[in-house]
Parts: sequence; structure tokens; C-alpha cells
Amino acid sequence: MTPSPDDWQPSATRETLRQRARLLEAVRAFFAARDVLEVETPILGHAGSTDPHLDSLSLSATTPAGRETLWLQTSPEFHMKRLLAAGSGPIFQLARSFRDGEVGRRHNIEFTMLEWYRPGFSLGALIDECEALIRALMPAAGPARRRRYRELFRGALALDPFTSPLAELQRVAGERGGLDMSDSDRDGCLDLLMSLVIEPTLGREGIDVVVDYPASQAALARKRVDEEGTEVASRFEIYLQGIELANGYDELTDAQEQAARFADDNRQRAALHKPVVDVDCRLVAALAHGMPAGSGVALGIDRLIQLALGKASIAEVMAFPTPRC
Amino acid sequence: MANYSTNEFKGGLKVMLDGDPCNILENEFVKPGKGQAFNRVKLRNLITGRVWERTFKSGESLEGADVMDLDMEYLYTDGDMWHFMKTDGSFEQYAVDKKAIGDVEKWLKEQAVYTVTLWNDNAIAVSPPNFLELEVVETDPGLKGDTAQGGSKPATLSSGAVVRVPLFINQGEVLRIDTRSGEYVSRA
Repeated sequence: MTPSPDDWQPSATRETLRQRARLLEAVRAFFAARDVLEVETPILGHAGSTDPHLDSLSLSATTPAGRETLWLQTSPEFHMKRLLAAGSGPIFQLARSFRDGEVGRRHNIEFTMLEWYRPGFSLGALIDECEALIRALMPAAGPARRRRYRELFRGALALDPFTSPLAELQRVAGERGGLDMSDSDRDGCLDLLMSLVIEPTLGREGIDVVVDYPASQAALARKRVDEEGTEVASRFEIYLQGIELANGYDELTDAQEQAARFADDNRQRAALHKPVVDVDCRLVAALAHGMPAGSGVALGIDRLIQLALGKASIAEVMAFPTPRC
Repeated sequence: MANYSTNEFKGGLKVMLDGDPCNILENEFVKPGKGQAFNRVKLRNLITGRVWERTFKSGESLEGADVMDLDMEYLYTDGDMWHFMKTDGSFEQYAVDKKAIGDVEKWLKEQAVYTVTLWNDNAIAVSPPNFLELEVVETDPGLKGDTAQGGSKPATLSSGAVVRVPLFINQGEVLRIDTRSGEYVSRA
């Protein structure tokens, strides 16, 4: 698309940009009061995210090592975990992050991630801290409740995400989405139903914290066995007004398990005809050295600012979203 | 035609879906926190005019539709077909059938310029200009002096459309009509 000179002006008003700056100040004050150190890690890395459903942008650059491919980070996670392994203690970052193809009312390929790590924190303690941060920025966010992934599916769809047969998941997902899901796996069907049916109902009466995800959706979280004897991911997601705000993990610290998940991700990427991503051998080495057990979370701060200011899209709280950049 | 992937979908793109050409109205990217992404797409079926909402897996693609909107002058009807001519100086003519004319039949005026939608070089839809000047061929006699008071009456226009007009309008007058709402605007 040819850029139009008519779009030179910011998409956020001056007043909104002023309020945004104040909310970012409040974030920094929140962590300063809790002795969490602000850090800055590279936007470019030798490795990218292997997550099969994230598309990294890469570029070619001349570095001290010559001409190399570098990856724009989809979140500051890998570098921050290396800091944790090096003994940084609790850290936070407001990090520019990049995800190719993610465009819409709630997405911009370049966005700001608020990510923080709490060595020694249980997942529950980190959820409490997330709620406190949200309230600090948005006092009217409403009461918080925990929602189990499994109960959400049982309640809204009369399906059990762990035990319903694949054919039934495919049939219900296909009906709800109006598309053929017969070649989709369990997670593909669950992702569709979560996005189309369940998410829009979440966070309507306050802060909804979804917990106990399927173990297959663990990403970089530890797995555990829940009260019903099912293996689940020690992971949570926070929803407010139908919008997903944050994704937290009881962080995986096992280097071998991490290396195996990277390799598995790349196998899935190859099966989806997506490019294989360079694996972060330095993160694996950092975990082998020893990263303190604890919890971490990534929060889309643009979305929280959007909600705090009552705006309809994240473009309204960004000076220049991608179409105007 | 080329294939378009979901990440190329945008308003105005013409694609084939279930055998019919469609115009994409909206494309919303949706994704759970982690996991597979989908696109919620609103499309207008250009044959039926109906709006469809469909979900696609991100990365899926649809075949492009060879659809063009062209300006054409209305010439005449032979009873079965309505004949239009391109305004680009080529004098090329297209015959439009009853289905494609649809409701626009009542807004046809010779020499006025319409937008004709072609799919694979066949006319599938016609849209009238937003405003047309048309003569009143039948209405009750005008009420003298009643130019300020409200109130309206039906009037049949030269194109066949029946619209509500103010009471002071007489047969034979030419009126400016908004074809989108079918409302009287002013005397021409």
C-alpha cells in the first residue's frame, strides 16, 4: 500500500497520549514500590520464538560477526530469563515486541509488552499482584474471580476440553465457526471455541482469571496434576471486558524439558509449513546453569491502557499504529 | 485469478466463496492468548446481496473474483434485458437481466450514468447514482400556497418509482430524489 500523506497525524489525541504517559508512570511507581528492578533487553536477538502460532519478523544485519539474521523479539521473555539465571532478582520491562500478521482492533504488529518475573512467587501470588497492578491503573476494574478452563467449556458448550472425543470437538467447533475443522487437532478446536464462544463472555463483571489450561497448551509453563487427576498447565490468562490482557506461567526451569519443547515447536512449525526458527541455545544454557523457580507474566499494556481510558481500539492509544507508521 | 491469503483480506477485496463472488466488508483477527489464530470475516455475496459471516484459519486462502465496477450509461430496455453502454468512449454495450437489475428497475433514466458490476464480464448488479432528477408523471393536483406546511402525498415518477412528495408539487415538475432512501430532496 502506498502511504498517504493525509495520515501524517497521530491516531491518539494529545490528551490520550498525556494519559498514557501517566499510566506508564503509575506502572513504574507500582514496581518501584515493590522493589522490582526495571530492565531493558534487546529487541533483536539471534534466536526467535519457536511458538508454532507466533510469526517472528527477522532482518539481516551487519554485526561484529559479519552478516547475520536477527529476530525481532515477540516478547522479552528469553533475555529476561537469562537475567534471572544470572541472579537479577525480580525484574520488569516495558518492551517493544513484534508479531507478524497480528493486525486488528486489539492487535498491532509492534506493541508494548509489560513483562515481569517474580523469583519465589507461586502462580497464585503473581495472579494477586497482576490484579493489584490492574486496579492501580483502572480502579473500576471490578471484582476478580478464578475460572477453570475446564468449567468454562463445560458451562458454555457442554464439552469437556480434556475428555470429549476429538470428533465431537471438531463438530462443535465447525458448527460454531462455520468452517471445516475435520483436519484440526484438539488444541485447534479448543482455540477456535475459546476465541469465538468463550472469550467474548469473559471479564464482563470484573477481572476473570482463567487457570488450569490443557497441558498441551503449556508453552513455557510447568505442568501439574489438578484435583480431578488431569495433567494441566500451570498457566493463567487474565480477561477484562472480553479482552485478553495477560498470560502468566509458573515458569519452566528444566533445561532439558525446555530444549525438548523448542524441538517439538519446530516440528509443529514444519508440519504447518512455517519456517523453522533458530532455537535459543543461550536460554537453554541459562536454565542449565540454574534459573530460580518462580512465576512470570506478560501483559499487553496497550490493551490495558485502552480499557482504562475507555477507548474502542488500541490504535486510539498509540501515536502511530502500523497503518500510519 | 490469484489466490488471497487471510492476511491479505481487506475491505473491498473480491473473492470467490461457495461459488459466488463476494466483497469483503470486514476482517477481524482473533486469537486466544496462546494458540491458533483465526479471521472473522464479513462478506457480501454480490449475487444475492446477503452478508455472510465466516471464520477462516489464519493462513487459509480464497480465490480472487474477477469483479469490476464500471460506469455505464443506461440506453433502453427491450422488455427482457436492459442495455447499458460504457462511458469510456468505447461504445461497448452490456445487456443486464432482470435478476441483476433488481430494484434498480424503478430508478432507470436514459442517459444517466450507473455503476454496473461485472463478474467474468457478465453484469451481476447495477447501482443508481445517489441523486437522480425525475419528472412527476402522476400525482394529485398541487395545493396552492402550501409551501411551508408539512404533509405529503404519493407521486409516480417517470422511472416508475413512487415517492412521497410535498403537497405543493404538480404533475410535470422535475424533482431531485435521493435513490438510497427513495426520498424527495427538492425541485430540480
